[in-house]
Order: sequence, then C-alpha cells, then structure tokens
Amino acid sequence: MSLIEVADLRRTFTVRRRVEGERRKQRTEVEAVRDLTFAIDAGEMVGYIGPNGAGKSTTVKMLTGILVPTSGRISVAGVDPSRHRTALARRIGVVFGQRTSLWWDLPLHDSFDLLQKIYRTDPARHRANLAEFVELLDLGSLLDTPVRQLSLGQRMRGDIVAALLHDPEILYLDEPTIGLDVVSKGRLREFLRALNRDRGTTLMLTTHDLQDIEALCDRVIVIDHGTQVYDGTLAGLHEQGGSHRTVVVDLVDEAPPIEVPGAVTRRVEGPRQWLSFPTDASAAPIVAALASSYDVADLSIQEPDIEEVIRELYSRPRSG
Amino acid sequence: MPLHVAVATRAFKRYSTYVGATLAGIFTNCVFGVIMCFVYLEVWGANPDAGGYDAGDAVTYVWLGQAMIMTVAVWGGGSPDDLAERIRTGDVVIDLYRPVGILGWYLAADLGRAAYHLLTRGLAPTLVGGLLFDLHYPADALTWLVFLAAIPIAVTVSFALRMLASLAAFWLLDDVGPRMLLGFAALFFSGLTVPLVILPDGLRELAMALPWATFLQVPADIWLGKRTGLEVVGGLAFMAGWAIVLLATCAYVLHRAERRVVVQGG
Repeated sequence: MSLIEVADLRRTFTVRRRVEGERRKQRTEVEAVRDLTFAIDAGEMVGYIGPNGAGKSTTVKMLTGILVPTSGRISVAGVDPSRHRTALARRIGVVFGQRTSLWWDLPLHDSFDLLQKIYRTDPARHRANLAEFVELLDLGSLLDTPVRQLSLGQRMRGDIVAALLHDPEILYLDEPTIGLDVVSKGRLREFLRALNRDRGTTLMLTTHDLQDIEALCDRVIVIDHGTQVYDGTLAGLHEQGGSHRTVVVDLVDEAPPIEVPGAVTRRVEGPRQWLSFPTDASAAPIVAALASSYDVADLSIQEPDIEEVIRELYSRPRSG
Repeated sequence: MPLHVAVATRAFKRYSTYVGATLAGIFTNCVFGVIMCFVYLEVWGANPDAGGYDAGDAVTYVWLGQAMIMTVAVWGGGSPDDLAERIRTGDVVIDLYRPVGILGWYLAADLGRAAYHLLTRGLAPTLVGGLLFDLHYPADALTWLVFLAAIPIAVTVSFALRMLASLAAFWLLDDVGPRMLLGFAALFFSGLTVPLVILPDGLRELAMALPWATFLQVPADIWLGKRTGLEVVGGLAFMAGWAIVLLATCAYVLHRAERRVVVQGG
C-alpha cells in the first residue's frame, strides 16, 4: 500500500453570483478537482504542478484533511485525512511560501519552543533536530530575531525548520521558493534533497518554478482545470509536451534567419533572433555552430516555463 | 496544559512590548474615571442610595469599571480579533494544520493578554482612583480571593462572546457586523455606563441575567460586599454557567466551521 493514495477524488464549490435583474444570487457549482487518481510511495519526491487555479492547493488541503472531498477516497499514511486530521497532523509537515507558521512578533526560537509543545516532540529529539536544521540552514545567528524582522529567505528557512521539527514522514511544500533569490533557492533545494536522502522524508511540492522540479523531483503530476493531465518523469513531460529551449542570439549585424543544425529559427527582430531546440538536446553544439558561422555579439538560453509546457501539453489531443 | 501555559505567557509577553500604548491607555482610563466619578457623585448626591449603592460604592464601581474595560475586553479585541483576521486572510489554515484545538489555544492567549491588562490597565488606574477618591475595598481576604477568581471567568465569558462574533467570519468573511452588534450590547448591558443595579425593575432583572452582567456588575458586587454567603457562590455559579454555555457554543460553531466551510485563499 502506498503512503498516499487518492482515488476518483472530486471537490466542488458552490459559488453565489449576483446576476443583473435577478433579486436572488445565482448559485453555480464549480469543480475545483475531479477524477483525480494517483499514489505516492514513501520516499518519493513528487512535483505537483499546474497553472493558477488548477486545483493544486485544493488537493493539498484535502490530503492534509482540512478540506473534505465531495466524493472519492483519500488515504494518507493509512488514514482518511479529514476524519483523522489531528492524528495525521503529527505525521506531516506543511510549508506555504506565502504564509508563515511562525509567530510574527516573537523571536524565532520562541516559535520553535512552542512547536515542540504543540507536537509534544520528545525534548531530546527536538533539540537534536533543531541543532541539525539550524546548522544546515544557517539560522544560528537569527534565533533571537523577531520573525517580523527576518528577510523573506530567512523566514522561509525558519518555516522549513518549523515544519520539520516533529519528524514528519511527509512534507508538503506549497511554492516554497516563491520570491526567493537564486542563491536562497539553490540552498533550499540542496537542503530538501538532503532531507529526502538522509531521512527518507516523502516530499510533495507544488510550484511554478520548473527548476525546483528539475532539481528535486523524479516524478511530476500535472493538473489543469482540476484534472490530471500527466503523471510521469520530467523528461517525459517535456517530450510529451514537445517543449523546447530557446537560444536568443544578438548578431553584430542584421541577417537573414540563421540556419544551424538541430535548431529552428522562430523569430527575427533586427539583429536579434530566437532559435528553439528540444529540451533534451545539448545547447553546446548549437552554440558552437552559431559562433563559428556567425558574428555573435551576445547570446542567452531560456528554459521553458511550466505554463508553456502545460499549454502545449493541453493543446494536444489527449490520449487515454 | 504546558502548551496552554506557554501560549498564555507568550501572549502576555507580546502585549508587554507595547509600553507606550499601555501608558497612554492608563492615562485615558484615569481621565475617564475622574470624569465619571464627578457625574456619579452628582447622581448619588441627589439620590443617596440609588440601586442600594452609597456614594462611596458608586465611585468604587467607576474605578472597577475602568479596571475591567481592557482586562475583560468589554469593547472587543484580544485573540478573537487575531482569529478573525486569520480567517479573512486564509492564514487560519496554519492553525488547522496543528494537532491542537483552536478554542483552547485562543482562550489561553486571551487569558495571557487579560493578565497583562489586569496588572497594567487594571491595577494602575485603581491605584490612582484610590489616591483621588475615597474607595471601598473588600472586607476580608476571602472576598479578595473570590473577586480575583471571578476575573478569569469574566474574561472567559467575554472571550466566548467575542469568539462567536469572529467565527461568523467563516461564513460572512467579515466580522464587522457581529462585532458592532456585540459592542452595542456590551455598551449597555455590561453596566459600564450605568450600573445595572440602578436600572428600572424588569430591565434590571433582564440585564442581570445576561452574560454581560459577568463583565463588571457581578464582580463589583462581590468586591463591594453586596453579595454575601450563598449569594457569592450563586454569583460565581452564574458566571461559570455562562462561561460553560458560551464555550460549548463556540466549540460547536467551530466544529461546524471546520467541517463544512471552505478555507479562503491559499
């Protein structure tokens, strides 16, 4: 039996809307999630991705038991989350990029002390975890700082520690790197990888940042308009979505569309040209070919973004 | 239990960081106390035993009222306001993810806040009032004890009422309406403007039976020795009764909210 099992999951919301000329508000049913079925095994790192409003947060809320499904079955660590929310809460950790579970006007260590009491973590265990995480995330010098004075990156690291002090088996992360700079993002990913490797913590990550997924997840589940549109490896997603990377070339002078093997020129604007090539191909030969045949002033490579991949995935006729 | 003590302690600490606000509040309480004393002295000058109080009882009642305003949070505020804000922003999901009950958590936080307000906004104006006017004090140690025991019960009743208004935000997404309604009720029925004992027959009995009577009137009567023997026990039982009924209502509403209502945002 898998650690997380979801079958035929459906959740609808009733939305009341005022309609012109009608005195009473009209009620409409909105399906936030429908026919969702997947299983996640212990120790997996799964990216759960999709555009805004796709139903990601709704799913996570149902998995953690704070939202009751309209229909379908969920089992997390062997229990039905909405019926055993409190018991389950001790076994999971949740991190929101845009909310904090720390106490705004208290020093960081006060929040950690309170969490020990909330989860009734064994004091020795708590101390050991705290020491380890504080060291790994470099929070030692900030423990006496009130949370409101922390930078976003520091607060985020504090929140990650807060979610892990009680040794959860599963960690849900909702946009953990949103708003962070490149260095902070890198450090956070490094930490999460180590967490999964050393402690076997199962990670489920919702994000807009494809690089989060690339760095962390062997598996991606894509959801759009409440339904699952993909479940598999990231490479497979790129392949299925036909996604491509783009080389943006600035030539010294204007030129007709560039022709190099392995890439297709999509756009020309004065001396600047956009060439696309498949995500799984190497950029090196293309760059080499460009440099040897053209007068290149500058060039950069753009990664596909998640919306684009999903858009392409979704615009294709679906199989199955 | 250690958790709730920790929560209360941190709420106390949190409020104690705003020293300027506390001092300004104490000053306001003193000014209003003095003004109200002069009004009450006029009233009792014309009618020396109104409501069974003499002039000394009346001015004491004024200062007890000033002490209770913030302690019992007669006009609202405290941890239920935090909750309403968290419901509105959706941050309440964080509370729901925790393996502890929301009600006990917020009650502990509010009692911690009340302890801070009692020691500052409660004690300081009373001392000032005692210097300026001839106040009556509890007759014996037991009365002091009973009065002090009544305060957390009064805070709990007030907390439960404020909590119910805040919980309405789960359905209304806004708690301004219920909160205003509660404010109006408290303005009149708490006895803060006019002691409930001088209300006309009928209205007085009604007011004395409502939960707002626990805010000031019942504790003040204990302090002033207007209740003796079994009447003291009856007063405490009345207060505890409201506390239990209202907390149970909160628990029920919260349960409904947790089960049925969608958490906003996120």
